[in-house]
Amino acid sequence: MAPIFTANESQNMRFLIRHIQESLKNKIDPALLRRVDEAPRHNIGEFGTDPFGYDPELIKLIAPVARFFYDNYFRCEASGLDRIPQGRVMLIANHSGQLPFDAMMIGASILLEAPQPRLVRGMVERWSAELPFVSTLFNRAGQFVGSPAIGKRLLEMDEALMVFPEGAKGIAKLYSERYKLQSFGHGFMRLALETQTPIVPVALVGAEEQAPAIADIKPLAKLLGFPAFPLVAPHILPLPLPVKYYLHFGEPMKFGGDGTEDDDVIAGYVNEVKDTIQHMLHVGLEQRPSIF
Amino acid sequence: MATRTKKREKVVITGICGALGKLLALELHKDFDVIGVDRRPFYDRPKDIKHLRLDLRRKSAINTIKREKPNIIIHLGVLRNPRKHKGKEKAIHLNIESTSKLMALAQKIKVRKFVFLSSANLYGPSSTSSGFLTEDTPLHGANRSPEIRDLVSLDMMLQGLFWKAPNMETIILRPVHIVGPDLNNAPSRYLRQPNVPTIMGFDPVIQMIHQDDMVRAIRASLKPKLQGIYNVAGQGQAPLSRVLMFLGKRAFPVPGFIFRGALQRAFKYNLTNYPPGELDHLKYSCLVDDARTKKDMKFTAEKSMTDTLIDLLEPYPLLPVPHKR
Repeated sequence: MAPIFTANESQNMRFLIRHIQESLKNKIDPALLRRVDEAPRHNIGEFGTDPFGYDPELIKLIAPVARFFYDNYFRCEASGLDRIPQGRVMLIANHSGQLPFDAMMIGASILLEAPQPRLVRGMVERWSAELPFVSTLFNRAGQFVGSPAIGKRLLEMDEALMVFPEGAKGIAKLYSERYKLQSFGHGFMRLALETQTPIVPVALVGAEEQAPAIADIKPLAKLLGFPAFPLVAPHILPLPLPVKYYLHFGEPMKFGGDGTEDDDVIAGYVNEVKDTIQHMLHVGLEQRPSIF
Repeated sequence: MATRTKKREKVVITGICGALGKLLALELHKDFDVIGVDRRPFYDRPKDIKHLRLDLRRKSAINTIKREKPNIIIHLGVLRNPRKHKGKEKAIHLNIESTSKLMALAQKIKVRKFVFLSSANLYGPSSTSSGFLTEDTPLHGANRSPEIRDLVSLDMMLQGLFWKAPNMETIILRPVHIVGPDLNNAPSRYLRQPNVPTIMGFDPVIQMIHQDDMVRAIRASLKPKLQGIYNVAGQGQAPLSRVLMFLGKRAFPVPGFIFRGALQRAFKYNLTNYPPGELDHLKYSCLVDDARTKKDMKFTAEKSMTDTLIDLLEPYPLLPVPHKR
């Protein structure tokens, strides 16, 4: 097969791509780039990615988008960011709002406002790995398909891991169930005990009103292979309502053990975390002046 | 010196006339008595390598090997490309028949070691297995690409030896994609193309191992008191797009469903050697964990990923006969 592009053309093309990337980076606020550079990086290989395909340089292009949502759209207010310890840490938060903007905002708050900027790794739904472009973007941005084995490896690399133990049940919850935590999975606790990781409970107030869902059409979700198919009230707009986010980071919690305990013991620990987050949610709700 | 007085061990290498077999023979023949078994002729072989042109399915072939009284059998002679041998059924038949005969022989004459070259592809890339797979992971590769089901059953057959013949040191090596200037296998051919087709919107992280490292890994597995299943991986891992960019190749993204349909037809009408099931390797990552190999076999790859890729593009005359590409 004859080359479709000659060597010269393909060189020009690559030059063009690099030029676009450089000029995009020049447009970005240097303070923001510095924050990304200050964040610790682990295990970056010869080709600029970590073993799972995460490229911190890509965060520089995503950070301005995240900052727009953080500062202008959701007007986030974070408290307790100084409580996040150095080294490996697990952020456990409530999940809500139909679209995972809550994950993006927790990541953004730690990247933009924490005393020590961190790049947070999150877990994504399994079916997103089947989507073209989205799967690659998530992969490069450090989001991985939820699996305890990968989580363990990342924690051993001293990364910050964000987990929503409610899972799809949480993000797809209906408007009537807002701020009621769904049942928590136990996997995160075993992982934390196994790797001796401190747990930081996070309560996110605001996101639960961003896309009020009236009903969940389960058969349609099953047909499309989605985790849920919520009927959202203002579903004409692809964006959520511009609610105000309040992020509350709690004191790090440490549990003793090695992850091989009985389910009853683990369930006790999990409930302790769940109650803490539920309590933080109640306090946050009382303090909040208005939804918007 | 101790090594001189020690009796040299006899190694039988099946499929010695493949590129990897030749490289392995050249590596081993200084320290071992190497006996090659293959149906193909071995041109320009060093004088101290004995070559038997045999068909492993025949009883006479097994008897001939028996008379040589080998201590080690390295089984590379497996047809990995179903298309080359007119009809899949025949290749499957040939693979399983010859391997089971060789296994029976190995148990009968009580060889010290039986090494089988399997593949990490047998784990099967899938959207749910993006983690680092250990040796205990079930082999699901044949679910998506039925072409490799005989290789899966071979691997399973060999696993049976762990309890059937516990005194024989059985080794199953599961390497990631082996690439190198002398190899003409699917991954090497894929990366050598001028325009490399990829699946639009997907960019898996890939692992590869240099041919020289693979030969060293096989050699490391010959150490005494070592048996089991071992994943063999090269240094590092990288997204496919960056590998292609490094090689200066033009990625040619094709939407997945068009690519799959076209490849299915092309494979059916004998226009390509890539089975359609292999397309998943361009879509999902299939990374393996080689911690056990590093710990037990004390083997770590020497060539970095960039060195491997540079070598792949600039062939050097490593083999006595320039290998036909």
